[in-house]
Amino acid sequence: MVLSMFLGIWEAGLKESFVTHSALQALEPYISGQIMQIHHSKHHQTYVNNLNAATANHVKALQENDIRAQINLQQAIKFNGGGHINHSLFWANLVPANFSQAELESAPKLTGAISAKYGSYDEFKGEFTGVLLGLQGSGWGWLVKNKKTDQLDIITTKDQDPVVGDLAPIFGVDMWEHAYYLQYFNDKASYVNGIWNIINWETAEQRFLGCSGVLKL
Amino acid sequence: MSLLRILRPTTARRNLLTSSIRYKHTLPDLPYDYAALEPAISGKIMELHHSKHHQTYVNSLNDAEEKYSSAVSANDVQGQISLQPLLRFHGGGHLNHTLFWENLAPKGSGGGEPPSGILADAINSTYGSVEDLKKRMNVTLAGIQGSGWGWLVKDKDTGALQVIAMPNQDPVVGKYIPLLGIDAWEHAYYLQYENRKAEYFSKIWDVVDWKAAEARYKAAV
Repeated sequence: MVLSMFLGIWEAGLKESFVTHSALQALEPYISGQIMQIHHSKHHQTYVNNLNAATANHVKALQENDIRAQINLQQAIKFNGGGHINHSLFWANLVPANFSQAELESAPKLTGAISAKYGSYDEFKGEFTGVLLGLQGSGWGWLVKNKKTDQLDIITTKDQDPVVGDLAPIFGVDMWEHAYYLQYFNDKASYVNGIWNIINWETAEQRFLGCSGVLKL
Repeated sequence: MSLLRILRPTTARRNLLTSSIRYKHTLPDLPYDYAALEPAISGKIMELHHSKHHQTYVNSLNDAEEKYSSAVSANDVQGQISLQPLLRFHGGGHLNHTLFWENLAPKGSGGGEPPSGILADAINSTYGSVEDLKKRMNVTLAGIQGSGWGWLVKDKDTGALQVIAMPNQDPVVGKYIPLLGIDAWEHAYYLQYENRKAEYFSKIWDVVDWKAAEARYKAAV
């Protein structure tokens, strides 16, 4: 099983393969191959399928000039579209621990900004961890950059709400139970602790510098 | 003048608040073994769900109430309000799970046996049949986006039955009385059903104890 099978998941077509590593086991021991397999091939796939269905219905409503139907579809598009966006960003901001991209040195500008804002990388990590563990219910934690002020911030989004508006996602951590439960059970702190070893700092740096382009899904 | 009186309780009132002995919440025992709900819910799920998840809600609720008491003693209204989300989440988690364990039972001890009496009458007149109500609840459960619960409730104002979903650990409060709850958090089914939550929603009816729902319904009449 190869993660680069992202190509062609969505009928509208993924423009690029997000993941450079090949095996689902590549993120072990921090995220098990079984979790990755179900998370990618079942959960993410379901968001993609449901987004396609909602989008098709929306097109139909648009053609029929049915505004009520369009508005009624908004939540399905937000939830499933958000699920597709968030997971696509997530896979791309993870990398096997032994890759050079997993080293902080891959993000010189970003780590500089992190130290300037949070004092040090360790303090940032502590704060981000606290935010992730404080999340009530399903959702995501994000390091974001305000596009207007260039300020970094740590935020959470509930359920599958994506990061939108003035905020640009730098990297995200999935805090839905399906992201860790088969391996960590209720011990989400260990999942969060482990994930710092597999953050793709090269991707994070590109997003921080605004040169990762628009997410093409 | 009157505003000041509201914001600044009298010394007597403050003493009353601080001197009251606060009740510590504890994890309720289950009336059945962890493995007793198999094959609908695995023993491993039940053990983690009860001894870890529910226990954490109980512990965190006690912590939040401790902090809340301090804020009350300090006359810190801001502090009290900022603690509300914690109380809601962990208090809701404790309430919801307590109701949930009660409205489950092993097969052979009432689990899956259809409702009777006035609750059955109300279900039949509202939904047509118990099977139709189950379908209604399963659609509601499957439609939850994120973590949450599905409930059969009684509307206090109209007396009518209703199926509702609540996000995260928000408990059923206000005009609704909870009769029967189904946990739709992933931790409630993931180790056994993974992403196939529809299967979990269909199997759980084998261990639903309608007697508990009936008792809650009767108490609400």
